[in-house]
Amino acid sequence: MKELVEISEPKSPFPGVGVSTDQGLLQWISSVDHKMIGIMYLTVSLFFFIIGGIEALLMRTQLAWPMLHFLGPETYNQFFTMHGTTMIFLVAMPAIFGFSVYFVPLMIGANEMAFPRMNNFSLWITFFGGLLLYFSFLAGGAPDAGWFNYAPLNEKNYSSSPGIDYYAMGLLLAGIGSVTTSINIVVTVLHMRIKGMKLNKLPLFVWMVLVNSFLLIAAFPALNAALAMVLLDRQFHAHFFNTANGGSALLWQHLFWIFGHPEVYIVILPPFGILSEVFQVFSRKPIFGYSFVAASSVAIALLAFGVWVHHMFATGLGITVDSFFAASSMLIGIPTGVKIFNWLATMYGGKIKFTVSMMFAVAFLVEFTIGGLSGIAFSIVPIDWQLTDTYYVVAHLHYVFIGGTVFGLFAGLFYWFPKMSGKMLDEKLGKWFFWLFVIGFNTTFLVQHVLGMIGMPRRVFTYPDLPWYGVLNFISTSGAFLMGASSLVLVYLIYKSIKSGKTAGDDPWDAYTLEWATSSPPELKNFDELPVVHGRRPLYDWKHPGSEDE
Amino acid sequence: MQTQHLYFLKTYYLQSITNPASFQAEKINNLFYTFNIAAAAMLLLVIFLVIYISIKYREKKDDTGEPKQMHGNKKIEALMIGVPMLLLAYFFYETIHVEKQIAPPVNTSQQPDVIITGHQWWWEVEYPGSGVITANEVHLPVGKHLLMEMRSADVIHDWWVPELGNKMDLIPNVNNYLWLDIKKPGSYIGACSEFCGAEHAWMRINVVAQTQNDFESWLAANASNAMLPQDTITMAGARLFQEKTCSNCHRIQGTAASAMIGPDLTHIGSRKEILTGLMKNNEDNLYKWINHPQEIKPGAHMPDFILDKDSVQAIAYYLNSLK
Repeated sequence: MKELVEISEPKSPFPGVGVSTDQGLLQWISSVDHKMIGIMYLTVSLFFFIIGGIEALLMRTQLAWPMLHFLGPETYNQFFTMHGTTMIFLVAMPAIFGFSVYFVPLMIGANEMAFPRMNNFSLWITFFGGLLLYFSFLAGGAPDAGWFNYAPLNEKNYSSSPGIDYYAMGLLLAGIGSVTTSINIVVTVLHMRIKGMKLNKLPLFVWMVLVNSFLLIAAFPALNAALAMVLLDRQFHAHFFNTANGGSALLWQHLFWIFGHPEVYIVILPPFGILSEVFQVFSRKPIFGYSFVAASSVAIALLAFGVWVHHMFATGLGITVDSFFAASSMLIGIPTGVKIFNWLATMYGGKIKFTVSMMFAVAFLVEFTIGGLSGIAFSIVPIDWQLTDTYYVVAHLHYVFIGGTVFGLFAGLFYWFPKMSGKMLDEKLGKWFFWLFVIGFNTTFLVQHVLGMIGMPRRVFTYPDLPWYGVLNFISTSGAFLMGASSLVLVYLIYKSIKSGKTAGDDPWDAYTLEWATSSPPELKNFDELPVVHGRRPLYDWKHPGSEDE
Repeated sequence: MQTQHLYFLKTYYLQSITNPASFQAEKINNLFYTFNIAAAAMLLLVIFLVIYISIKYREKKDDTGEPKQMHGNKKIEALMIGVPMLLLAYFFYETIHVEKQIAPPVNTSQQPDVIITGHQWWWEVEYPGSGVITANEVHLPVGKHLLMEMRSADVIHDWWVPELGNKMDLIPNVNNYLWLDIKKPGSYIGACSEFCGAEHAWMRINVVAQTQNDFESWLAANASNAMLPQDTITMAGARLFQEKTCSNCHRIQGTAASAMIGPDLTHIGSRKEILTGLMKNNEDNLYKWINHPQEIKPGAHMPDFILDKDSVQAIAYYLNSLK
């Protein structure tokens, strides 16, 4: 029998005061339990995913054929702005935080986050930030200058509705939630790991989330500063970005992308972590090159702050500046891209179980490679000069955000749903969802590469009837509706599985990490005691005595 | 909706960055071609490995043991990092090489051949030294090493004509430059590629590339005032143009109208399109536009006027005769 350690509970702030733990909805709203907060984060994410998805479908309807008049320019511009802002800040990030706050304590053998009440605060400030952003629709118009909100179009003289004020306020609030959650995760991981789990033994998901939290804490100040400055411009007639009064249009771009490019990695690193767990468990093998995968994410986090100008190659900064940032952008492609081969090598020689989770992980390898390669195209400055701000970018970013982030999150959802709910997600229906989603996704975005190459700029509410424009856009729109339909399948799948899914048991996948060492779903107190950790796969070691990973 | 009957650009052929018509576009296209080969090889490798490994190492039914627990292999890892590194080093070299060829430094004391100023949602085109100012239909000579200066009057716009190569932002308070060597005469279309507000979609570009001689004669014709027929409708239109505030925003060379807020109309009658590609230029479409601008191009900065039909007709007739 192995040496066991007792897992302590968080100290009660009000000793002797207890409340019933069964209060229905109030229990959810007021909970400081990291698992309930995690599930609520995921629910918030799903809620905004549906809204952002409907916006996307309305846009694709307008673009289905040349010169349609389904949406006017003003409405269309609000929808594409809100779609981007929603998907980044209110879908991708809350989903990542949901998995993070749920599974980080469980995977490091802790019973809570370091700051449970701050955890609750972070969730609600993010949600209310999102609601405030959406309130703009009722308050005179949503923001309409794109999710990166370029100056001086974001100034009052060019966007007079209050939308951009709501954009700034909403994102400031949601940003506070993101930063506090990150601080919470950093302290939790550094301070509350089980005995024996040194930093170089962290499960890769926890490692990625840890690195990511530092990245996020460093990246958000630039965005917050820019948002505060644009609010000052709009409300108090400051002139930071107001070019008519000597302000600088490019200053906004620098500030936004110093945040914005790290942000791209912020929404991909945790899914990399999820995928690293999924590939190991369903290939029945440890990760190939743990040290490379772990160290490369640190490299990504550092390099992420030196690549922002690749969003600005067409602004005329000169070829010296452009070349520097071309080099850094190519360099960051290496730690990002080589992981594809680490995961392939993890599968190699394994016994691969094609669960829906693993299918998303394997499909990710191809989809993310497409997105990564088109990303390299943009680091080659002259190619960027042709393709930036066209539909080629739209295709690229969706291959990265959907093919990367969303596929990773879906792999995580199918992997961890049994732990969170105690019920298995229906695998048969799950496979239907997988194929519908994959086909819909590629139908929507593959053709957009071509649209970019044949001259279609992004963010247009309509387009002339040039050769191939109508046909390719129609294909894209039909793919979008297929994705929409598959999302309905997902919602039904979750509903059905919660209602009448197969009971999961503690460890349905015969997995490697500590979250599977407790009940499904875990009790309010995650663990009473756990074995001391010696290797990178504590549960595997427990199940196979004498076979510890080095 | 009203605008459904609008003319659109049926007459154009397929425009593509892979169909270059300038020195710059050609260089980029060659680089893009090489890149696509490398990228396709990489993608095919990943697809092959995914399929091969998925089939070969799929869990078999009666095989219950654990596979060999392998943690890594330093040699393979070095290869995984080394090969992409070398590929990227090559593309970095090519990046700098092509950048230097197509965007050499600009001596700002050199007079540009043409100055393009972006406006919400049209292009002002000025030919320094010739006195010619026009809008939207950009005439350029073939076979000349052209220096184009890019400015903006309001928000950020972006000049992009796929067959003519690299795009360039037009940024307020910033002067940007673009070199362009057009190889073939022809009509090239493009579009503003930086989101610039409500009518960003209808800020299209039409470049008319002409031989040196054709260009010179076009320039000479445009330097002089339009020759107007002296009939009563034209005269009435000209008078209304000055009276009904049109001249507060528009310039017509040789008349009292000298404002530069809206597009220059000196030779509007000779342009093929109006509203940056939204409509064919004829008297009917001019009438529709002047009669109800906000219905044709919602959000455009030309307001709806209260004009009686005869006045609109006369103004449209007058503008159409400004050849």
